[in-house]
Formats: sequence, structure tokens, C-alpha cells
Amino acid sequence: MAEYLKGFLSPEWQFLAYVAAALVHAFLLINLVAGGALAFIWLERKVSGRIQDRLGPTRVGGKFGWLQTLADGLKLITKEDLMPEGADGMLFRMAPYVSFCASFCGYLALPFADGWVGARLNVAVFFMVAVLGIEVFGVILAGYASASKWSLFGAMREAAQVVSYEVPLGMCVVVPVLIAGTMDLVTISQMQAGWFSNWFVFHDPFTFVIFWVYFTCATASVNRAPFDLAEAESELVAGFHTEYSGLRWSIFFMAEYGSMFAVSGLAAILFFGGWNGPIPLADWLGLTDASRPLAHYFGNFLGMLNFMFKCVFGVTFMMWVRWTLPRLRIDQVMTTCLKYCTPIAAVMFVGATLWTYFLPGGLFIPRQTRYGSIREGWHLEAQQPTAVEPPAEDPLNPVARRTRAESR
Amino acid sequence: MNLLSDPVGVSHYLIVGAVMFVAGAVCMATKRNALGVLMGIELVLNGANVNFVALGSELLRPGVSGIGLDGQLVALFVIVLAAAEAAVALAITLNYYNNHATVDVDQADELKG
Amino acid sequence: METINWHSFFFLLFASLACVFALAVVLTSNVVRMAFYLVLSLGATSGLFFLAGADFVGAMQLMIYVGGTLVLLIFGVMLTAKGPFISMKTSAGEWILGAIVGGSLLTVLISSATSVDAWRAVPREDRPAASQVTATRLGLGLLGARVDKLEQTDATLAGGMSGYLLPFEIVSVHLLVVLIGSAYLARSKRRAGGRSVGDHF
Repeated sequence: MAEYLKGFLSPEWQFLAYVAAALVHAFLLINLVAGGALAFIWLERKVSGRIQDRLGPTRVGGKFGWLQTLADGLKLITKEDLMPEGADGMLFRMAPYVSFCASFCGYLALPFADGWVGARLNVAVFFMVAVLGIEVFGVILAGYASASKWSLFGAMREAAQVVSYEVPLGMCVVVPVLIAGTMDLVTISQMQAGWFSNWFVFHDPFTFVIFWVYFTCATASVNRAPFDLAEAESELVAGFHTEYSGLRWSIFFMAEYGSMFAVSGLAAILFFGGWNGPIPLADWLGLTDASRPLAHYFGNFLGMLNFMFKCVFGVTFMMWVRWTLPRLRIDQVMTTCLKYCTPIAAVMFVGATLWTYFLPGGLFIPRQTRYGSIREGWHLEAQQPTAVEPPAEDPLNPVARRTRAESR
Repeated sequence: MNLLSDPVGVSHYLIVGAVMFVAGAVCMATKRNALGVLMGIELVLNGANVNFVALGSELLRPGVSGIGLDGQLVALFVIVLAAAEAAVALAITLNYYNNHATVDVDQADELKG
Repeated sequence: METINWHSFFFLLFASLACVFALAVVLTSNVVRMAFYLVLSLGATSGLFFLAGADFVGAMQLMIYVGGTLVLLIFGVMLTAKGPFISMKTSAGEWILGAIVGGSLLTVLISSATSVDAWRAVPREDRPAASQVTATRLGLGLLGARVDKLEQTDATLAGGMSGYLLPFEIVSVHLLVVLIGSAYLARSKRRAGGRSVGDHF
């Protein structure tokens, strides 16, 4: 896009093209988060309503009450912005933005379709997990700066909880990375193209179990019920955001829904094939052929819709869990993490390692993906000594050769 | 010399590293809160990390066989050790606070001869 | 107007953020704000790592430093933040001494950083594209195989270019020791007053 815009500008203003392109992309992403939050808040009310055998919002905005969130937004904007007397003003004001920035930064590395990604990072998985972990800072700062005991308690719980849950979460994320041999989200997703049996969740029994562990830990790390101890309204008034009102409060909620969407996206890519549908329909129709730009673009668009559907399904699943299960106590939350999630994740990690080592081709059906060759070269080459010698300029192959020579 | 259009070299990174290092050292020397001293240590370690990464970067020094991957690997070790160090220092601080009801390092002088 | 070098632009952005917030850590006396500035400074530093082509180190910095160590620090700050300890003033004499020593140290460091010709910037054109497999090479390095020094002909030097398997193992054991040790040190002990620090939840 930047190259396209450059044509219209004189040489000394060409840098504006990059700025404009970057701004457009940032605008699209930020509106995804903001608009997504609006839609999800409405969805949450409808889901909770249906689960509790009532209708949810119906009055505002015609059918299904779809304007309800907008009306709420208007109410929030016109609310008085209060700050407690003993609060640390600067930190109190900064906290929601810290939370929101952290949640939004995760989208930088999240691919929506083949090549449709903010920045294709070599360490995208790691980056996303890291950035989503920073969101806790906003909550801690908010809790501290509010100068309220309820807020401080909420923040303390949040800090303890999120730092603990990062351990099993990291272990769960490592398993698909191990199978794929790369941390690049685009490559991981490409490797799961084809039939749904190629999805990593069906790769072996261990990945199937670890997906559920991942989802539990992700729910905990984005502070959703039943792990929303930081805002447990039955004991802490409203937890870390007790003193917040108006727009600042709603920014916290945008951050929460943003990171819910992000962890669902991560789950969709790591376990459910990313933008690849269950049936390789786009492949049959020739929409994945990169040599035909228009068809490829259309295929990517369908892939994006597919990916969005998976993300929204994940978010809806979290809502379902929220309105079904009761909230845990703080010690139960810690027990769940340290006594159940971490050991299960560790065992599944070892199991998945052994499975990929002994049964690299799968149990019954040989796994075939279109992108089987895109693993980073050293790995395949080390496995199959008879393989054709890859090009010499690959810096990694000499190592594989050398290690093989030494092991003989 | 226009900073915006000139390329960035290793020395630019070293300057950033130097500023962080000095800020950390002064922080360690002047803060009286034990946790403030700890934050100074983190800054010092981070300044050193910037230097390691810059000197090992192929992007900043193309074609130079510098310290290569050593830079990034040492930086990784520094980060991990800094986390361990912070955990121990925090435990010591909490213990100190438990026993003396203060975190002022100037009052930790019971071993003075 | 010359064309903007985007690499330099983002370098300037992150470098100034890192430096300004590092100075803010020194200058503020409120310990919670210090922690907040430290977070921003370290976050900007991870941006610098990404710019230098060290993706993995940058993500690691975000994950462990910002997401782990500093959360721990803030946790400690909150446990000990009571009235007088939140902001402890430093005497003017110490400030002056610190500024003099720090200023002279900074002068020496900066003059030495800019005096080496090999460290100067090279023009952008002849730069190779960022290596795409940073994480794999680092992982191999930690396992004991160095992929960046295969062409080392000098046998003595090649021996020194071995990987980091032993340090990696030592660090793992060290982390375990630290885990147990700090849990032991910080365990909740009953004080004379009857309340212990661990009771806050």
C-alpha cells in the first residue's frame, strides 16, 4: 500500500506514504478492538440473558437490542470522571491506558490471514504471550493508585494470579511450537492447511488435552470468570476498578475484551488451523494460488472471516463458562494453577515430545500438508539423512550435517 | 548531522546503554529505599544488555565478525539471572522489613564494627 | 528535506523513551512511580532490541523483565509501602555527589563509545536483511552448536566458540535453587505482634 501511495507524492514527501499506510493499518486494528468490544458487550448480555432464561436487552435499537452498548457508551461518556482524594493522580490516569496498550500490542503479531499481519515476527508466539502478560501492570497500578483497600486487594490478587498462570500458559503454548518447529504464527497456521485432521488439536491425544489446559489458563490470565478474583464483586466491591468511572472504566473493559479476543485468536492459530477451514474448500477453488492476486485476495478474505469466526467462538465460549461456573476462591485459583494446570501441562508436554519423536507421521494416516517443507531446514534434514542436499547458502544446514557426522 | 536520516550504528546503542547504566548507578547510590536500590541494579543490568545486543547485532555491523551470537546469548543469561537476583533480593527485603519494620538501607547497620 | 530513515526514526523514539524514563527513575522519590518509569524504560529497551534484529531477546525482555521481574518488584513495593517508605528523600549532599560522579562516568562512557571507528554507523544500503531464524540459532547455541561461527579456521578460537550448554544447565539449577531459597527466605513468619506479612490476601 505504501508503494502504491508513493506514486502520488513528490520525492521529498514520500515518507508520508509510509505514515499513511501505517496509520490506516493501525486504524483498522484499533477499530477491530473497539468495535469488537462493543459487539462483545452486547453479546455477553444476550448470552448471559439466555443462560439465565431471560431475554437480555431488547428495548434499545430495534431487534435484539443491538444498540444497547452504544447507549451504554453514551452514558459512560457523560458520566462524571471521579478521582479519589488520596489517589496518585498520574498513575490513576495512566493505568487504563497501560492496560489497553498492552492488550492492543498483542494484535501487532496476530495474523488474520495468509500474510495479513501487522508485523511478521520470528518469535510471534512468544511476543504475544509476553505482551498479554503486561496487561497486569495496568491493573496493579490502578489498584495501587486508587488509594482504596478494595482496589489494592484486587490488584494483589491479580498480580499473584497472572504471574502464576503464565507458567502453565507458557508450557501449553510450547507444545504447538514444538510440533511446528517454529514460533512464527503465519508458518504455524500454514502448516495446518488442508483437512481439519491437520489441525494441531487433533495431532495427538496430548495436544487435545493441552488445548483445554491452555484455554483454562488463558481464561485465568485475561481475568475472566471463574477466575475474575481481581474484581470479585461479592467480596471486593468491584476490585481494582472500584474507584473508576466513566470513560476510564470503559477503557479497562475494552482492554479485557481485546485480550479475550487475542487469546482466542492465539488458540485458533495454535490449535485450530488459524484461517484454514475444516475442509480445504479454498484450495479446491484455487483461491490459495499466490500467482493470481485477485483470487488470492478473495481467498485471504474468506480466511479472515474464518479466523474471526473461530475467535468469536472462543470468546463466546468464555462467556458461556463465565455464566455457568461459580467463581473460585483465591486459594482455589492458586491450587488450580499450581497443583493441576502446571503438572498436567508438564506431563502433556513430555507426552507430545515423545509422540512427535516416535510417531512423526501420525498414528494411522500419514499427515500431509501443503507446507510440509516449510519447517526450518535443519530439522527435516537432520531427520532424513537421504534427503536432497538443500542449497548451500542456508546457514543452518552445516550444523545439521556436522552434528550428524559427529553422532556416527 | 541529521539524526533522522543518518543510519544508526553501534555507538548510538552504546550511548543509550551508557545513559541507562549511569542512571542505574546513581539510583543505586542515592536511593534509600531498598527496592529503589534494586531498581537501580535492574537499570545497570539493562544498560549492559543493550551493549551486548548492539555489539552482537548483524544488522548494525554488517559483514563484521564481531561477537556474533554471543551478544544475544549473554543478554539472555543476564535477563534470567536478573530475574533470579530480583527474587532473592526481594525475599531479603521482605525479611528485613519483617524484622526491622523499615526498608531504609541506611538503618541496616547492625553489623557495623 | 532528506528522506527519513525509518530505522533511525524508531531508534530515536525508543532510545529517547528509554533514556528519559531511566532518568525519571533516578529523579523521582516516590517508589511506586519509580517502578512505573522502570517498566516504561525497560519496555522501550525491548523495542531497541527488536530494532537491532534481536527478536528473541526483545520478547524475552518483555516476558521476563517487564512481565515477571517488575511485577515481583511492584509486589514488593506494595507489601512494604507504608506512609514514610513510599517516598524517602535523599539529602542534597548525596544528590550533588551522585550527580558529579554520574556525570563524569557518563562523559567517559560516551566519549569512549563514540571514539571507536568500527562502531560507527554504516550506510543502510549494504545491510543484509534481518535474519529470519533468530530463535532457532539461539536455541542451537544454547544446546551447544554455534551456527554463526562455523567458518572459524583458527582451532584455538573455534574451541572458544563452543555453545552454551553448560551455562544453560547451570542457570537452570541456579533458578531452582533461587526458587526454593527465596520461598524459604520470604516465608511467612509470626512476628511478636502476631501478624505476618503473608496475611494480606
